[in-house]
Amino acid sequence: MSAPASVPEADEEKPPAPRGEGRHLLSIADLGAEGIEEVLRVTDAFVEVSRRPIPKVPALRGRTVVTLFAEESTRPRFSFETAAKRLSADVLSFAVASSSVKKGESLRDTVETVAAMGVDAFIIRHPSAGAPAQVARWVEASVINAGDGWHEHPTQALLDCYTIRQVLAERAGVAVGEVGVQAFAGLRVAIVGDVTHSRVARSGVLALAALGAEVTLVAPGSLMPPSVEGWPVAGVSHDLDAVLPDVDVCYLLRLQTERGAGSFLPSVREYTAGYGLTARRAALLPESALVMHPGPMNRGVEIADEVADLPRSVVLRQVANGVAVRMAVLFLLLGQPTGGDSGGGVDQSNGPADG
Amino acid sequence: MAERERRLTPPRGGVFVPRVQVLAAEDVQRAITRIAHEIVERNRGLEDVVVIGLQTGGVPLAFRLAQVLEEMEATAVPVGMLDVAFYRDDIGIRPVLAEAITAIPCDLAGQLVVLVDDVLFTGRTVRAALNALADYGRARAVQLAVMVDRGHRELPVRPDYVGKNMPTRLDEQVDVSLDGVVLGDVVPR
Amino acid sequence: MAERHRGPGTAAPGVVMVRGGTVVDETGERRADVVIGDGTVTAVGRDLDVPAGATVLEAGGCYVAPGLVDLHTHLRQPGGEEAETVETAARAAARGGYTAVVGMPNTNPPMDSAGTVLEVLGLGQTALCRVAVAGAITVGRAGECLAPMGELAALGVRLFTDDGTGVQDAGVMRRALEYARGLGVTLGQHCEDSELAAGGHMHEGAWSSRLGVPGVPAAAEELMVARDIMLVRLTGGRVHFLHLSTAGSVALVTAAKAEGLSVTAEVAPHHLALTDAELAGYDPVFKVNPPLRTESDVAALRAGCAAGTIDAVATDHAPHPSEAKEGPLDTAAPGMLGLETALAVSLEALGSNGTSPAMSVGDVLALMSWRPARIAGLAVAQGGDQGGPVAVGMPGNLCVIDPGERWEVDPGRLASRSRNTPWAGRTLTGKVRHTVYRGEPVVVDTEAQR
Repeated sequence: MSAPASVPEADEEKPPAPRGEGRHLLSIADLGAEGIEEVLRVTDAFVEVSRRPIPKVPALRGRTVVTLFAEESTRPRFSFETAAKRLSADVLSFAVASSSVKKGESLRDTVETVAAMGVDAFIIRHPSAGAPAQVARWVEASVINAGDGWHEHPTQALLDCYTIRQVLAERAGVAVGEVGVQAFAGLRVAIVGDVTHSRVARSGVLALAALGAEVTLVAPGSLMPPSVEGWPVAGVSHDLDAVLPDVDVCYLLRLQTERGAGSFLPSVREYTAGYGLTARRAALLPESALVMHPGPMNRGVEIADEVADLPRSVVLRQVANGVAVRMAVLFLLLGQPTGGDSGGGVDQSNGPADG
Repeated sequence: MAERERRLTPPRGGVFVPRVQVLAAEDVQRAITRIAHEIVERNRGLEDVVVIGLQTGGVPLAFRLAQVLEEMEATAVPVGMLDVAFYRDDIGIRPVLAEAITAIPCDLAGQLVVLVDDVLFTGRTVRAALNALADYGRARAVQLAVMVDRGHRELPVRPDYVGKNMPTRLDEQVDVSLDGVVLGDVVPR
Repeated sequence: MAERHRGPGTAAPGVVMVRGGTVVDETGERRADVVIGDGTVTAVGRDLDVPAGATVLEAGGCYVAPGLVDLHTHLRQPGGEEAETVETAARAAARGGYTAVVGMPNTNPPMDSAGTVLEVLGLGQTALCRVAVAGAITVGRAGECLAPMGELAALGVRLFTDDGTGVQDAGVMRRALEYARGLGVTLGQHCEDSELAAGGHMHEGAWSSRLGVPGVPAAAEELMVARDIMLVRLTGGRVHFLHLSTAGSVALVTAAKAEGLSVTAEVAPHHLALTDAELAGYDPVFKVNPPLRTESDVAALRAGCAAGTIDAVATDHAPHPSEAKEGPLDTAAPGMLGLETALAVSLEALGSNGTSPAMSVGDVLALMSWRPARIAGLAVAQGGDQGGPVAVGMPGNLCVIDPGERWEVDPGRLASRSRNTPWAGRTLTGKVRHTVYRGEPVVVDTEAQR
């Protein structure tokens, strides 16, 4: 068997990338462009791990990761748990029905009780914005936001960026590792749908803008936030047809069908007529444009059935990349030394892991 | 491995300040050639031999070694690279870094793996590499080739092929590349 | 320093002298000592002799003012005693310089009947300040049927409000205004259109959008302010607007007053000092109704105080037990403590560091003492005992304020039973040193005496 395409250079001197607070991933803002780039690069390594016959490494052996999902969502929880298990961490899962968290037993009591059993990381999904940030104030463990209300879903934005990078690499005929975040500079992305209520949109806007992409929000008036002041977007529009010919990525948000019942929208049908990616609209996209969706798709609502199955639609890849990206996040957060200095000051040698 | 450790040395990595050139580029090339001969001699040919370089310092050496072996025996030698970041025993003690690729060229079951690294020091990287290799199949044997053995072992690891034995002080650093071997110090940024 | 005072609960005949301070009331400012005997001011003048057996309260470097009057306190009793009681609220009030508070009717049961009102007034008899109550406008505060305002007015209630919510139905509010006009009482409105505000947990704007939190638009308040101004025009009634929080509301009230309509307005100290940016950390201690708004709203409220549009600073003191102020923002209860920090916050926000044009200490005290006293119907001229002036024959309700004292707010050391103050850990400037209520020194050297 032959060697891979190229031999990596010897590394130049580079200090580890700054990572804000270091212990948590509550918002994409915690990462910044450098942090996002670091996650994407480490994800390459975990994509390789996931392809092995035994897709498991001992990196987080002995660590305990607890998933606390206060919203119904089996697939994302499964994705996080798989990620933790492939790192050899012990995983406990708490599918907390949000009603029990609201009444009687407080979130704080639940979290502190669990933390007392010795937990290294909490992965939290909660219907209230800010809940993971509050948990991070109550416990020593690392906290990963798996989606808090309308606020953010950082790992979704990361796996979306990874998927874009992966596709760009394939198109250029190079390995993913060859594509840096410069590839995002000037990339035109339209995020379409219920932006107001979308944590995927908020995280996505922050991540893409941090990497230099130009993001346009497209939504009906009643589903656009009352104020996008401070959002790093290039523009907002209510006219999807006008935006489509000039995008490289069309990112569709899921319409929660309960919204279309007179309050925010007259009907789901009217939404689809104005903002659904129908076959006609998909033809307006440039040849090379991608179609993305955080899943699960409402086929026939925000995306037509036949469009969802086009080659330009990379939804399945997004899902597939989810585990590797989450492995990268867990590894980067839990692999950090906890407290004190980075270890070198104590022992005089160059360190235990030297050759 | 010295490269990585330099990046890890606090405060946030440091700058390598060279002091003495111990081996020149030709010396390194000669050492590789000699090691290639030793490998062929010891294993009576290159059947089932796979050369794996440890990220990051061992990789260029591994590729050069494989090239020399191929020329010597006129036979293709599979070569790959292994990153042991996820197998280290100091995760949580030292900061983790964005890591490099692992690309193992074939199923290692029944193969004779020649692991190649630039510097052998405490032995912990090699221990991690043995763990990692085990996930790719049960090798028939693993042999270790290093350009420099600088002493100060913390685990019972010994090299099969050595370019140069070089006793060092703990606070010194050894920089190895195809351009030569340099002894120096790390100065904080 | 003050001599050791006699035990709790006893009425305090006997003489109190407040020495060395600067008296400030609606007639102006002057250096003077004040002597109080048998609950009444007996002497005001410079360098007075200390009467025999008098308790002396040193007021050097301090202002001596009529006791503050809070138009808007949540006593929580009956029904919410784990958060606060009449006794603890009054103690907090006294430490904040208040000699009178008006308790809001959203208790459980609400103050829509004589029984509940009498219960609270009874509890107030032994309190460290005067406890008045506001009755509900509608039965159960449900916004449908008028509460027995006449019966409650006969018990001395002068202010009625459904605070906690606004009266949503314009027709009901109209009838209430007409009925109240006949009784000579004032209706207070918590201006919040429930449909526009529904689901919101903070101000709707750039911050709520960024944080992903449902918001309450300014229009939810302004809509009801505008409506009630029109109803006042229609009925000739009198409305007092509770806790205004937006620039638009200030503009509406300014225009209404210019027209000569009978409207008054209050603002809470937190709306003079804090903005929605405080919610960035999702800390529920900053969740309040109406919510903290933007810097331009804060500026407009301050300007409204200076210009006379706003008649009073009222604390909207809202104690909550810790479990109600912890955890996810959307399930947390809205409200902040205010009695013990109001003075410092208001002096800072409205004084030379806070606003332009700056208000004098006297002007700020007008908003906290004699003007709210009048709105509450507790002024001396109305047969009450609040608001001063500080003159011989006036009731002995005073507070002594050290305007320069810096202190760190420690929630555990407040007199309130609850801890939900947004000022926790922050340093404020300005503290009440002593408070005299009906001639009794109830707070001496910042400590409550019983």
